[in-house]
Amino acid sequence: MTDQAAQEPWAQSQGLQSLVDDWSADQETFKRVHWGKAMMWIFLLSDTFIFSCFLTSYMTVRSSTTMPWPNPSEVFALTIAGQHIPLILIAIMTFILISSSGTMALAVNYGYRHDRRTTALLMLATALFGVSFVSMQAFEWTKLILEGVRPWHNPWGAPQFGSCFFMITGFHGLHVSIGVIYLTTIAIKVFRGDFERKGNYEVVEIAGLYWHFVDLVWVFIFAFFYLW
Amino acid sequence: MAHDTTATEHVVAHPIDGQGGNTHGQQHPLGIYFAIWALLFVLSTFSYLVDYFHFVGFTRWALILLFMWLKAGLIVAVFMHMRWERLALMCAILIPPLLLAVLVGLMSIEANYTYWTRVIFFGLLGGQPSHG
Repeated sequence: MTDQAAQEPWAQSQGLQSLVDDWSADQETFKRVHWGKAMMWIFLLSDTFIFSCFLTSYMTVRSSTTMPWPNPSEVFALTIAGQHIPLILIAIMTFILISSSGTMALAVNYGYRHDRRTTALLMLATALFGVSFVSMQAFEWTKLILEGVRPWHNPWGAPQFGSCFFMITGFHGLHVSIGVIYLTTIAIKVFRGDFERKGNYEVVEIAGLYWHFVDLVWVFIFAFFYLW
Repeated sequence: MAHDTTATEHVVAHPIDGQGGNTHGQQHPLGIYFAIWALLFVLSTFSYLVDYFHFVGFTRWALILLFMWLKAGLIVAVFMHMRWERLALMCAILIPPLLLAVLVGLMSIEANYTYWTRVIFFGLLGGQPSHG
């Protein structure tokens, strides 16, 4: 089994030579990569371009408006126990999403160990973090809508703020919601032992890729929309 | 040939060989995930503190971008296992997004043009609403 790699000629090449060999192989390009994983990566690449278009258009309208841009630090501040804390809700959401990424990474690891129970529980924990993230986002949206933020207007300055906010966070929230459904489905299948017959737990890793990507997108939204 | 082999082939724990030759099933020590998890918490705290301590101007942007790229790099490299993949997959996924720099460059020129058009021809500096 371990000698199998040695028998496959492509396994010998390293570095740039491996790049040339793989792409000119006249066969499959992504050696030893599950087709589902390659497809998920390509989907995530296309999703990268979608989110980049949103963030680039946000950059464009923000730097072309002559009106002052609302200060996110103040817009997203909360008063907790009499303390006025700037941007606190977003910070909590960030930590929740990072934690969900951590539990997901562990789930992938336990999947390959065939520990079905732990894998399923870790995936459900990830989904629960996701649900709490979306709930806090719903709270944030409600708060801003009650304060008069609309896609075409807001009380603090440039009207483009609203359209960017709803578009970017809305699309990200949609991704989180779909991820919650996706992870829950896979977790149930893992728990039932659906992947035991083939002994193939790469499905968990593929679902993990999607979830980590959702976290990755949030890193950029957090930096560009909330902190900038 | 790689996908339809025996069932056990998928669960072999491949050692980290630095070159990512064997990536059929990413299996690494748990410790690395906990380390990255902790590191992401620390970096996020730093990003938050940039706002909390009201850094402004170049320092603010530099710090925000630094922490952002570090976090993004750690997530892609370790959580998404990219550093253990073969170079063919790395290049296929990581190089195309670089094209976005062209879009960002063009759009920032465009934004600059729009801004000055508004200021010069509509006298909107100071910002009274132009719609209604």
